[in-house]
Amino acid sequence: MSAPVNKPRPGLRFTWLGILTAFLVALIAGGTIWSSATWAPKLALDLEGGTSIILEPQVEDAAITQEQLQQAVAIIRQRVDATGVSEAEITTQGNRNIVVNLPGNPDEETRDLVRSSAQLTFRRVAAVSGPEPQSEQEPTQEETPAGPELSEEDQQRLDELLGGGDEAPPAEQPPADGEAPPAGQAPAGDDPAQGGEDAANAGGAVAGPTVPGPAGQNGEQQQEDAEAPAEDGEAPAEDGEAPAEDASETETFPRFDPMTDMSWMTEELITAFAELDCTDPENRTGGDSGPDDEPIVACAQDGSAKFVLGPVELDGSHVTDASFGYEMSSTGTQTNNMAVTLEFDDYGADVFGQITGAITGQQPPYNQFAIVLDGLVLSAPQSQTPVTDGKAQITGDFTQEEAETLANQLKNGALPISFQVQSEQQISPTLGSDYLAMGLLAGGIGLLLVVVYSLIQYRALGLVTVSGLLVVGVLTYLLLLLVSWRYGYRLSLAGVAGIIIGIGMAADSNIVYFERVRDELRSGRKLVSAVEIGWQRARRTIFASKAVNMLAAVILYVLAVGSVRGFAFTLGLTVIVDLLMIVLFVHPMLQVLARTRFFGHGHPMSGMDPRQLGVKPEAYRGALGLDLEKAKEKSAKRGSFKEAKKRQAVAERRSAAQSGTSIAERKAARTAAGSTSTAVLEVDDALDSESVPGNSESGNSAAATDGPSSDVAGAEHGGVRSSGDHEERELSLAERKARRRRGQQQTETGGVDES
Amino acid sequence: MKRFFSWGNDLHSGKTSIPFVGRAKLWLLIAGGFVIVSLLIPVFNGFNLGIAFTGGSEFQVTNTEDVSKSTGVEAVTEVVPTAEPSVVPTSDTSVRVSTAQLTDEQMQLVREALIGAYGVSNEDVTSTFIGPTWGQDVTEKMLRALVIFVAIAMVVMALYFRTWKMSLAAIVGLFVVMIVTMGIYAATGFEVTPEAIIGFLTVLSFSLYDTVVVFDKIRENTENFQENRRMKFSELVNLGINQTVVRSINTSIISVLPIAAILFIAVFLLGAGTLLDISLALFVGTIVAAVSTLFVASPMYALLRGREPDVQEQEAAVEEYRSSHGLPDRAPVLFEEFEPGKV
Repeated sequence: MSAPVNKPRPGLRFTWLGILTAFLVALIAGGTIWSSATWAPKLALDLEGGTSIILEPQVEDAAITQEQLQQAVAIIRQRVDATGVSEAEITTQGNRNIVVNLPGNPDEETRDLVRSSAQLTFRRVAAVSGPEPQSEQEPTQEETPAGPELSEEDQQRLDELLGGGDEAPPAEQPPADGEAPPAGQAPAGDDPAQGGEDAANAGGAVAGPTVPGPAGQNGEQQQEDAEAPAEDGEAPAEDGEAPAEDASETETFPRFDPMTDMSWMTEELITAFAELDCTDPENRTGGDSGPDDEPIVACAQDGSAKFVLGPVELDGSHVTDASFGYEMSSTGTQTNNMAVTLEFDDYGADVFGQITGAITGQQPPYNQFAIVLDGLVLSAPQSQTPVTDGKAQITGDFTQEEAETLANQLKNGALPISFQVQSEQQISPTLGSDYLAMGLLAGGIGLLLVVVYSLIQYRALGLVTVSGLLVVGVLTYLLLLLVSWRYGYRLSLAGVAGIIIGIGMAADSNIVYFERVRDELRSGRKLVSAVEIGWQRARRTIFASKAVNMLAAVILYVLAVGSVRGFAFTLGLTVIVDLLMIVLFVHPMLQVLARTRFFGHGHPMSGMDPRQLGVKPEAYRGALGLDLEKAKEKSAKRGSFKEAKKRQAVAERRSAAQSGTSIAERKAARTAAGSTSTAVLEVDDALDSESVPGNSESGNSAAATDGPSSDVAGAEHGGVRSSGDHEERELSLAERKARRRRGQQQTETGGVDES
Repeated sequence: MKRFFSWGNDLHSGKTSIPFVGRAKLWLLIAGGFVIVSLLIPVFNGFNLGIAFTGGSEFQVTNTEDVSKSTGVEAVTEVVPTAEPSVVPTSDTSVRVSTAQLTDEQMQLVREALIGAYGVSNEDVTSTFIGPTWGQDVTEKMLRALVIFVAIAMVVMALYFRTWKMSLAAIVGLFVVMIVTMGIYAATGFEVTPEAIIGFLTVLSFSLYDTVVVFDKIRENTENFQENRRMKFSELVNLGINQTVVRSINTSIISVLPIAAILFIAVFLLGAGTLLDISLALFVGTIVAAVSTLFVASPMYALLRGREPDVQEQEAAVEEYRSSHGLPDRAPVLFEEFEPGKV
């Protein structure tokens, strides 16, 4: 079992407890001053009120992967953050679900937004401009007649109206184009690949990782495809209204050509486009991918530009893979530019080949295609060359991180992610606060009952339980503040229940310990040593049982979903705090108290009154040395306790041998003798046992013959104990009994005493 | 209290002894009966599963003067005729309205209808929608957690006690707790909600905890039992259980007190909800767990070990010793029958 305990040092344990508490308080105090810590734990929705939606993202015909789940979380976060809802919490749960917690009672729109599905699509770009609205220069619809006969000139004018032209930027928006590159994205006109391009196309430049297009310099991708539909802008047959037909191979792409098909220039669309303010995050919520077969207006995901996009040409399900890496130059050497490579399946390759074939070489922005995820433009690269082998490379001024993000978005967004609502809960804030108040009230009442019961059962000792529970309460609260601050933990009602129950179990550790101490008292031990021995035994039990509790808490936390986790968390937390309490507070407290007169001498109200515990008064007095003075005198005369012990053990062995004891008894005696040297005991306790009157065993030993051996009732046991208090811990009941018998036999045989 | 004290003392010494082991077969038979009944009840009665398991919509209206059922039923059927509402007053000021699964629009309609009908503000209504697969998901997760917990706990206990029989006995006790608690839920028609499941899982943890405490004492008593000639193995086990009875009672009471407080508050002040479900499961389960440890797990352990040759050998040796010393064939009482003059 455990190594011998050194002289109890309760002060040290108290100090540790003090340091721990002070550290936590200081940490959180610091947190409140310099960071976002608070003196009250954050509350979960069920206590605070709000809406909690549990969604299961679903992709077609496939189990969702971790990456897709993360992508889904990112999509929802983008949507929610953009709506300006503060303190929204979006977390994944159990590898499958997304929990969206929104404070208050969000409106229908927000909730719809959260639930709408998301998909990656490719669309042609019809117009691009800086993100700001052009309200002051409302394009007059008369000037932009919708019709296929729009001339090149008109087109130019339209572009200008839309703020795209650098020749005539609207007064307030000089930076609408090249001069206002969005942070983090490719700067506009300075892209080398675009050198020769018309700078008037501000949008194209701003639009994302501006691209010199797929495979621009990539030799292997440069083979011109004869089958590619005519590059001529006027050629593509399909017009904007028609592309809803099923994507048969006979259909030609692109379905839509903004150059010739003026169907997109409707009044609403132009107005919407002009008014769209992509600098306002609210307009970048995504969620609405728009009708597949109609032109839409959209913002770049980072708010750096806005677009008019044609109908969907190709959806993301045809993307088989996306990766990122360094761009390969035309000579096959690696450049320092990051590139994202897209791979398509056969159908995708075919369509993409046709599109790039058609748009390459057109004037910006008509040579751009937009990659749209969840209604937001991720990137709108220009096509540099037709891509016919299904492998497109998007180059641009990416940082590695941007390239990685884009590649992941392309890869994981391939399948449409829809969100199935698993559960949706709207909790009224009044109910939440009611719950909290009631939970606290219940906790208060429960605690009060525990206190009353402890006091009845354990008298003054119950106060130790009560103060121990206070320690648990304080430490738990501090730790909750800590996790609430550092890890965003929110206390739920289930969590409150976990704490209340955990505190009940903390009281139980006290009971296990106290009952052990009482057991030792019943065995005739003095309180000081009973506390030590009782602790040695109770400790094992407490640790083992707490381990089981912790196991349950951890398994629940890891495997369970929803409110169960909050419960498991606080339960586990209180298990830890409970251990701290019992080790650093209750045990040292008992050590201290055992030395007081009130407890040490077994005051009836102390809860450790041996008389109440069935130890007979005379035995107690004898065994536990209430006649301490006498014992001290004796010990002073006889020398050290250790010496006495040794002699006692020797005597025991001899007497055992003489009385023809069983193997078990001999073994017990051996154990006694063998472990004497490691004796650890309160000296005064030892003295007590030495001075036991009428102890038959001690009487036989050389050590402590004291008084007449007539008074045996009950004291015999104390005498047995004296043969080596420390190893009693390790002796089984059987051995103890064996030794008790030895005493008897010695009495029978007339008590040999050869010292 | 004095009587409780001296009773505890007598239990400790063996002067008073509850025959946990002596009547092991009786206790196990009774437990077996409870288990069978508990298994049969759900077959006929079924569980009252909450909407978390069945799917559906639920509204909770608080701070209302009017808790009549008809108000809610009329309000709901008026806006959504197919909603099949069931209205349950959960306290003096709150009602709970459960309906079939509604769409989001319908949810809002019902919500508004309830606000109007019960004369409360928007803040006083809590609504919950549970999709059809959620309950299945929760159940699956819970079962997996349960199986893993039991498996790991078994290994941990077998390692700690160094005998798989203790581990097995503890798990048998655990299963009795589980089945009987479920039986009580089925018999009384308490609603089974995710919160009740939380409570239920906690009970399992508590049950094992309780068993570990008792078994630790048994383990201590029976250490080196082979060399003991005074008491039989089964008597040592029985003494161990008796010695922890007072602790078991105190522990159970102290654990149940806060739970009872929550239950009381939940029933009389708060109405149905998380707190009620958790505390109810805990209240029932904690008591069952404490009883199961004493009357199922421990006797089961004694029975399991009773067939071992060295146990039988030891018991025979003790009997022999007793007859040779003219002692009665029963467990001696500590501190009294060991007095020298008596033998």
